[in-house]
Amino acid sequence: MYVVNKPEATRDAYGRALLALGQLRSEVVVLDADLSKSTKTAGFAAKYPERFFNVGIAEADLIGTACGLTLSGLKPFASTFAIFATGRAYDQIRNSVAYPRLPVVIAATHAGLTVGPDGGSHQSLEDIALMRVLPNMQVWVPADGEEAYQMVIEAATETGPVYIRLGRQVVPHVTPADYKFEKGRAQVFGPSGDVTIIACGVMVAEALRAAEELRQAGLSVQVVNMSSIKPLDTEVLEAAASHSRLIVTVEEHFVAGGLGSACVEYLSTLRSRPQVGMLGVEDRFGQSGHPDELLDLYGLRASNIVAAVKRSLDS
Amino acid sequence: MNTVLLRNKAQEMRRLIMEGIAEAGSGHPGGSLSLVEIMSYLYFYQAQLHETDPLWPERDRIILSKGHAAPALYAALAAKGYMPHEEMLTLRKLGSRLQGHPDMRKLPGVEMSTGSLGQGLSVANGLALGLRLQNKANKVYVVLGDGELQEGQVWEAAMTAAHHRLTNLMAVVDYNGLQIDGFTGEVKRLEPLAEKWQAFGWQTVTVDGHSFADLYRGFNVERDDRPLVVIAKTIKGKGVQYMENVADWHGKAPSKAQAQEYIEGIGGDVRG
Repeated sequence: MYVVNKPEATRDAYGRALLALGQLRSEVVVLDADLSKSTKTAGFAAKYPERFFNVGIAEADLIGTACGLTLSGLKPFASTFAIFATGRAYDQIRNSVAYPRLPVVIAATHAGLTVGPDGGSHQSLEDIALMRVLPNMQVWVPADGEEAYQMVIEAATETGPVYIRLGRQVVPHVTPADYKFEKGRAQVFGPSGDVTIIACGVMVAEALRAAEELRQAGLSVQVVNMSSIKPLDTEVLEAAASHSRLIVTVEEHFVAGGLGSACVEYLSTLRSRPQVGMLGVEDRFGQSGHPDELLDLYGLRASNIVAAVKRSLDS
Repeated sequence: MNTVLLRNKAQEMRRLIMEGIAEAGSGHPGGSLSLVEIMSYLYFYQAQLHETDPLWPERDRIILSKGHAAPALYAALAAKGYMPHEEMLTLRKLGSRLQGHPDMRKLPGVEMSTGSLGQGLSVANGLALGLRLQNKANKVYVVLGDGELQEGQVWEAAMTAAHHRLTNLMAVVDYNGLQIDGFTGEVKRLEPLAEKWQAFGWQTVTVDGHSFADLYRGFNVERDDRPLVVIAKTIKGKGVQYMENVADWHGKAPSKAQAQEYIEGIGGDVRG
């Protein structure tokens, strides 16, 4: 397994994994909609030009073409920005991918606020919600390059559709050396404690920093990287519900419909559950700015998590 | 080409369509009936299909992009012997393999789940690209509606097929000139239609979609390196006199009495 123990954008890890799959699996083909340099499919395109299809700026056609490739027995990875993949081509994903359960992998990059300067029109904050409500669809959100790499390799063996949410900006390495991604299984950091912070994607690193600070303040805190949002790791949720006084979910996504919602939907079925806080983008669009400025402005920093935990426990 | 066989199969399919939709009490007779000769021609002459196995790996693929004409597809599969004729009476009912719009996971022989218009050509392109990449000789046929051509994705896909010179792909447009709200020329005109396809890089041929000889001419025209679209002029509701060219019969079921009257009119049981 190729391990890069340094910060890396998850889209770069996707590009690396595609190159590996190109050699590993002759049935893997890749599609893009004129963003191959940004989505990092360009490396695969250069090495395996006959297995790469650029449909131009046509996201509906991108998804439909990927469906047809599955019908011929091939394994397509379709890529564009998350905003276009899940928004522009939603009906194609619903009716041509999810409904007939075709094994298309939608690897969407540039998700979330951390797209940065491109602004609100390009900052997908609803893609997790849109994808997870579809029957047959799996939703995976890697926390770092290593996890993204493993997910992409794993997705190649899936017999149904998978949505993988990837980011533009470089993120810290958080994955332990012995970690192996498994769908439906969260990655847990530390023993269970008073507080469980459940995060995904970019926010896992922030959650780990917040946990460190809270531990110094005397609290016992566990961090959960819920990278498989669908299927969700309900065992970890049940454990958190029985051991913690407080669960806080954190995501670079609208609070409505995302990771937090998925967790709360499950927690609501339990007989007893702790207090739950949900951090994410409230009911407003993004805007232009540096990714760091945006995470500050929208309250998605370790400091915001710390404050939310303290506020909840004090109240 | 055995035109007697094709004509008999077409009549068998019309009967099944009328019976199925009447029993269901809902469905789309107009655009199913306009397709009957096209489906008969594809399933009983043009496409390489197995006599008994709808999933034969070497088969040509037929994708019905205008999924609301599902009764025409089911009737073709029944006429082919891929499903029992009686099953047509389960159309649109709870638990049926014959969903209101085709579901590939329920019924073998349905190559792609369709129904949301405009998506089939992209899928056919992907299939044609994939087959070609694997050096397979199978052909891909995709049946488009005319109203469906108002969907933008069709033209995205038209560009893709032309760009990749998909000569293993053939599209056919069921040009019956009607959509739910009226004549296509009044709702949003398609003309000049052949010129549109040509401008998008396609070879075109216009035929009478109810003439087997003309369909043969269309699908077997001398090919160049462009994908081919057969523009088949048809009559919506063809074969059922009061339905012909009436937009109202796009999505309205005949009564069981009307279906019975039709079947008696064509000489009773044509299943044999």
